Amino acid sequence: MIVPVLLGLSLLVFAISHLLPGDPVALAAGPQATKTEIAALAHELGTDQPLPVQYWSYLTGLLSGDWGQSVLTRRPVLADLRIYLPATLELVVAAMALAIVIGIPAGLLSAVFVDRWPDYLSRILSLGAISMPRFFLGLLLQLGFAMQLGWLPLNGRYPIIEDPPPFVTGFLSLDALLAGDPDAVWLALTHLALPAIAMSLSPLATITRMMRSATIEVLQQDYVLTERALGLSRWLIIFKYVAKNAMSSSLTVIGLYVGWLLGGSVLVETVFDWPGIGLYATKAIVTQDFMPVMGVTLAIGVVFVLVNLVIDLLYGVLNPKVRLG
Amino acid sequence: MALLEIDNLHLAMRSFDGEAQVLNGISLSVDKGQVWGLVGETGCGKSVTGLSVARLLASPPARYFGGAIRFDGQDLMQADEAAMRRLRGRRIGMIFQDPTTNLNPVFRIGEQMVDVALHAGATDPAILGLPQGAPRRARLAAARQLAIRMLDRVGIPKAVDRVDDYPHQFSGGMRQRVLIAMALIGKPDLLIADEPTTALDVSVQAQILQLLYDLVGEEGLAVLLITHNLGVVAQICSHVAVMYAGNIVESGDVRSVFKQPGHPYTRALLAAVPTVQSVRGALQDLPGAVPDLIHPPPGCRFAPRCALATPACAQALPAPVPVGPLHSVSCLAVGAAA
Ligand SMILES: Nc1ncnc2c1ncn2[C@@H]1O[C@H](COP(=O)(O)OP(=O)(O)OP(=O)(O)O)[C@@H](O)[C@H]1O
Ligand SMILES: [Mg+2]
Repeated sequence: MIVPVLLGLSLLVFAISHLLPGDPVALAAGPQATKTEIAALAHELGTDQPLPVQYWSYLTGLLSGDWGQSVLTRRPVLADLRIYLPATLELVVAAMALAIVIGIPAGLLSAVFVDRWPDYLSRILSLGAISMPRFFLGLLLQLGFAMQLGWLPLNGRYPIIEDPPPFVTGFLSLDALLAGDPDAVWLALTHLALPAIAMSLSPLATITRMMRSATIEVLQQDYVLTERALGLSRWLIIFKYVAKNAMSSSLTVIGLYVGWLLGGSVLVETVFDWPGIGLYATKAIVTQDFMPVMGVTLAIGVVFVLVNLVIDLLYGVLNPKVRLG
Repeated sequence: MALLEIDNLHLAMRSFDGEAQVLNGISLSVDKGQVWGLVGETGCGKSVTGLSVARLLASPPARYFGGAIRFDGQDLMQADEAAMRRLRGRRIGMIFQDPTTNLNPVFRIGEQMVDVALHAGATDPAILGLPQGAPRRARLAAARQLAIRMLDRVGIPKAVDRVDDYPHQFSGGMRQRVLIAMALIGKPDLLIADEPTTALDVSVQAQILQLLYDLVGEEGLAVLLITHNLGVVAQICSHVAVMYAGNIVESGDVRSVFKQPGHPYTRALLAAVPTVQSVRGALQDLPGAVPDLIHPPPGCRFAPRCALATPACAQALPAPVPVGPLHSVSCLAVGAAA
């Protein structure tokens, strides 16, 4: 499944970026460049070839690890992605972790206390979280926690004056942990906190709501009454027996949100000056730098497909009938 | 003193249309070794009676407004949730109708049984065969062994291999056996079975009934068997209580009630049994319909459908009149004749 999806995706991004008007090579060569200089650069980059040839060489390049050059940075796209993709992934993973860890219990409790104050509170909060634009929320968080209270850094991934931990995974917090440097872990996490919160609120709200409605349905099931009749404690029933049944629908949302957050990371990255693929892709788009745009799109596609493969496996864990069927 | 005493219990259930007077003062006492059948048409309050004993009805919608339930001398109407949990799954076991929906589909049956066994063991360590304060690992191992023994006991072949299967890997009858095993893990004194065979194939029904009959005999359990099937009552019950619209209209030992039914409703019920497999819903020989419990008729609730009714029947609820050593009937016509 993964191969045709990515093949189609690569064809699509290639077609779209080459159908856009404008001349990126001229842009890259600069306003003073002569016609011959532009032609030479075009030849160097291969953009003077026919489109099918360009696509074929792009595709074979992809497979051999050559994802093209950025016209602007003059660096291989794969090398850029190696830096920027983990930065965004770290953000998305942190945001989704927050959303899951808070959203699942919040939805469960909301359903257990349906139409009482914990339910009203969680419903009002999730409605607010869904309707608030992420960049605006980001600004509010900066204003409150960074500027007023001064608890957390305003923006960036790591203090500019400090040396970051050695690059292993590209997840700064993880690399700091691998380096065994607690101060660096702390620095990485405090920088991560505000953008991750800003990013997490809408998945958090959605997961809470999905979990709430699924739980309300599960609580009506006969087996819940049987479990109560057998004397099992209320909390064991809710957090073990009901939760596992109610989680399938949230799993679907989690899979979709990972893709959505990756593609929409630019808003949060801009507000928090977070050097991720969102900012990278935006810069590439405005300068009509095709290769990075295609690279980013493909990278997001790969991550999205992989995440959904994992989600499919998790369905089987949650529901034995899926696994055997 | 009987093991279970329900005394003049009144229960109303709130619903969208209003508050239904679901139990209109029912009294029943169940002793050790007795198997009580609770019969009546759909909606007459059999299930809510069973659920009330285990205090499993949520308030709202349920509202108790009179009467008492005593289990082994303990007043259950005053018992809090913690006290009830010490009884549920331990001294009071329950089985329900549909084995396909009463087992949690996403957990191995062994895992569910281990939790039940651990709970029962927490109230009475002897159930796991361990001393007080045994380490968790020992309790887990003992709970699993107990689960396997119970599966074996209810006739699951190769219980050791089946304990880690999921519910959907069992047939309906086997699932009901699993549920019976779960209900009996805590060695209960009272078993409440709410239509335990209704959802099963006819051939399987007989096997499950036989199993229940054997287990009840071996354990000396007291049983409250809810059913609308008089054939089932005749097969395995020692006593029977007939319910109509929230009242027990007649109760007594099965032989006496079936041979000399006193209440006009009981007679209609018995007359309406064409086969062992009775049909749900209205009784053919009886005119009219079950009363609206939100606006119940005054006095005897059966009076509007009763051929023997007199104006006096609408005045007050008739008190039970003894018609035999263990047999009583709540009907003015019977009272006048006696
Ligand atoms: N959760 C509930 N909310 C409101 N009303 C209820 C609820 N449960 C039961 N009732 C009402 O209580 C009355 C008795 O219901 P109950 O389930 O005890 O009937 P039953 O005798 O067990 O019938 P059946 O043979 O169909 O199982 C019915 O009128 C029903 O509508
Ligand atoms: Mg019922």
